[in-house]
Amino acid sequence: MSDDNVTRHLTRRGFLTTVGVGAAGVAALGPTPAEAAPPAVTEEGDMLRVVLKVNGREHRLLVEPRWTLLFVLRERLGLTGSKAGCERGECGACTVLVDGVPRYACMTLAAEAQGHEITTVEGLMDGEQLGPVQKAFAEHDAFQCGYCTPGQIMAAEGLLRATPAPGREEVRLGMSGNICRCGAYAHIVQAVEKAAGLRQGGGR
Amino acid sequence: MRGDGLYFVEGALPETPTGGAQAEAWQTTRVVGTRQPRIDAYERVSGTAVYPSDVVLPDMLYGAILRCPHPHAKVKKVDLASARSVPGVRAVLAGDSPEADLRWYYTRQVFTRLFDATCRFEGEAVAAVAAETPQQARDALRAIRVEYEVLPFVVEEGRALASDAPKIAEGGNRVGEPEVYTRGDVAKGFSEADTVVERTYRTAAEIHSPMELHGCVARWDGPKLTIWETTQGVYPVQQRVASLLDIPLSRVRVIGHYMGGGFGSKLSADKYHLVAAVLARLTARPVKLFLSREETFRCVGNRPPATMRLKAGVKKDGTLTALEMDVVGASGGYPAGGASLVDWLVRDLYLCPNVKCTSTDVLTTTGPARAFRAPGHPQGAWALEQLVDELATAIGMDPVALRVKNVPALSQGRDDLPYSTTGLKQCLEEGARAFGWEEARRRAPGRGPWKRGVGMAAGTWVAGAGGPPSTVIVKLGADGSANLNMGASDIGTGTKTVMAMVVAEELGVPLDRIHVEHADTGTTQYATASGGSKTVPTESPATRAAALEVKRQVLDLAAEELKLPVAELRLQDGVVTSLKDPALKKPLAELGGLRRRGVVVGVGTRAPNPEDLATCPFAAQFCEVEVNERTGEVRVLRFLAAQDSGRVMNRLTYDNQVIGGITMGIGLALTEARVLDGAQTGRLVSGNFHDYKLPTMLDVPADITSLPVELPDHRANSTGAKGLGEPVTIPTAAAVANAVFAATGVRVTDSPISPARLLPLLAAARKEG
Ligand code: FES
Ligand code: FES
Repeated sequence: MSDDNVTRHLTRRGFLTTVGVGAAGVAALGPTPAEAAPPAVTEEGDMLRVVLKVNGREHRLLVEPRWTLLFVLRERLGLTGSKAGCERGECGACTVLVDGVPRYACMTLAAEAQGHEITTVEGLMDGEQLGPVQKAFAEHDAFQCGYCTPGQIMAAEGLLRATPAPGREEVRLGMSGNICRCGAYAHIVQAVEKAAGLRQGGGR
Repeated sequence: MRGDGLYFVEGALPETPTGGAQAEAWQTTRVVGTRQPRIDAYERVSGTAVYPSDVVLPDMLYGAILRCPHPHAKVKKVDLASARSVPGVRAVLAGDSPEADLRWYYTRQVFTRLFDATCRFEGEAVAAVAAETPQQARDALRAIRVEYEVLPFVVEEGRALASDAPKIAEGGNRVGEPEVYTRGDVAKGFSEADTVVERTYRTAAEIHSPMELHGCVARWDGPKLTIWETTQGVYPVQQRVASLLDIPLSRVRVIGHYMGGGFGSKLSADKYHLVAAVLARLTARPVKLFLSREETFRCVGNRPPATMRLKAGVKKDGTLTALEMDVVGASGGYPAGGASLVDWLVRDLYLCPNVKCTSTDVLTTTGPARAFRAPGHPQGAWALEQLVDELATAIGMDPVALRVKNVPALSQGRDDLPYSTTGLKQCLEEGARAFGWEEARRRAPGRGPWKRGVGMAAGTWVAGAGGPPSTVIVKLGADGSANLNMGASDIGTGTKTVMAMVVAEELGVPLDRIHVEHADTGTTQYATASGGSKTVPTESPATRAAALEVKRQVLDLAAEELKLPVAELRLQDGVVTSLKDPALKKPLAELGGLRRRGVVVGVGTRAPNPEDLATCPFAAQFCEVEVNERTGEVRVLRFLAAQDSGRVMNRLTYDNQVIGGITMGIGLALTEARVLDGAQTGRLVSGNFHDYKLPTMLDVPADITSLPVELPDHRANSTGAKGLGEPVTIPTAAAVANAVFAATGVRVTDSPISPARLLPLLAAARKEG
């Protein structure tokens, strides 16, 4: 297999990332930095050596090229805060931040995530203390079953990092890539608006 | 009472011992009724809550199920050879594997096999594998070769009884005889009417789609099986798994502390439990088996589609004279209550002396139905509440006034049993007032393509009383903190928090000093599944009884220590005080008797419901929509829900149920439909969230008002609560349809009101107009 093959292998899913996204319009990851390029020759079924930086900590692991970031986070690193709702880029339960921007971890290959800063819901904690978005979600009861919640929180965190004081419509648009079947949307809007205030007041 | 048995899948309602103190009704409350964030909010927002799909055990394998790609087929041959040699594969199973030779039933009427040779719906289980990674398990599924004899299909309920429709079951496609309900004489009723209107409606099948996928982790320790399962009821799962595997109940432990939604699709065990258990036994390793989202669209239940012909007669003054309904609903491949309860609102919601309902349940080659949030009711409301609206227009009466005129005092569907409470009239009147109904109705629809309109609808829920059995244990520790133990699942409605509030109310223990243990057959008390809007009215009186039992013992201890008669003492805010001399008091933590004992234990059970009363929640909902006449797009601008669910237990989670129910109802009204290729393949074409559209934040208004009509139902049970989770979604879709009519003058009889459906109707109306 040549270099080309490997690239195709990775970008095929990269392509899927762009066609498979929900209403949030998550863009494909930028080009993988050169230093993070996978080994030149990969046999089918071979494992890739990757270093993933998650919540500020580096993890060295062997991954299959087809493993998603979500799979590695949940089933290999024990970071089960990120949830699997559809594994096809349609629900947002798996949302994490990659370099501060919300991404569907189910549509991101673990190998693609190398060289990027990954933040999961666990990474919003300050020790045992909740971060401002988490606090606002708890206070406003912005969930029912709680399964979509880590993804909602990460979408909100990403939104507020880009737009610290969003208007109501910006919140609705920014959160529309995350489905809540329990239907807690009206409370989620309140929580995001509250979180914006908490963050600005240095509520962390 | 009708409806009580609804969520008890395994036959008749079990008995519990009566017991626990018969509590007086609360006159005032200090904790109950306030707005309390959930006691498990921290776990849910921090990511530390471990849902069953999060469970990762040492040495765990991953399971996957091969599913039939045809709506109707016979499995001729399964070749597992090449699957066995896929890297990482540790076990493979099919119909002829001895380990998989197990019975299965969708309903007890029909027993099949775990991997049955006959597949009556796309997605039926055919074979299964376990492998080191989920990716390898899927690889192995692709390597399995199956030879099918493809059989003819029928996927529409309206075609199932046609003479040329393929027969799905030996006895034909009708499930039993049609259920006929009559009271009075409808022919006479129609002859007395000034106006008679008749229409046929249809609601499309909906998929529950809880965000946590269906699945479990199974592990054997010798003869003992532990299952971590995302379920609404750990006990029903335990019962079914134990009976089908033929092992004692005590050897099956089901744990479901957290679960990511169910809406009726996770009330009992599924085939995947047996598959996971068998794979785990075969490999002597734990097996995690979660379905893919695509699988859940096919084989873990649906709200069955319903075709409803409804005819109604009314006098000029608004008196309803007759209602007649014919329902055809589809169970799917096996009997599953396809037409169940669709007619209930016609029987019970409005005063009407002459009623006839005929319900026909049919088999189709589609996934079996399951209870879905208020089974039958939103469908029935879609028909009844649109037709009542039409009657109001026909006789020139306000739709709210017409409904108020026909509010019944007795439950006519239950042979005139009195309701323990009914707030239907208040829901209608107070809801209309708070919404500004009359002013809003008078406003013109507006110029330009966007037309505005308001609509409303009402509803009741057949169950919602709760009832036995339930046992709850409350333990008070020596330091005055408490532990509550109950078997019920918290499916996202806030059950744990409500129960902790009941304990706080009675014992004065602050919420942050109460720990709740729940949903584990190994360590908590028997409970029925959380469904039917019965969890709060079932568990809260049992919790209260347990807390009162603790209180009784604590007061006895305090009386001894303070040398005062028990009658003179009261327990409040964690302190026992003399009513006569408030200086005489003792904080719980200083009670010597409690310290020496270490713990005081109170057991509470749920007392039976009164036999001569019907306990039901009621609702009226109002909404405003905007319809683009050029594109057929519908925007819901605001909603108001006036709900009578008895006492409000936690105002914060109460409001959340309301907004959630409305959101789901908007899905039924505007976006959700299971689409099957009826013409060529009979297969599902809407098997993902792109093609099956759940409401997103952009589809629902941020402006949703929850207006509790709070009538504590003291005759029903000791906390005065009635069910909430289901009634909140019953009138919603019909209210939207009525608002669309108000905005456009077009009646959309089939759900969902998508642009594709609405545009031709608008065009036709323009032509006529
Ligand atoms: S979008 Fe990733 S799991 Fe649904
Ligand atoms: S809280 Fe259940 S899906 Fe959002």
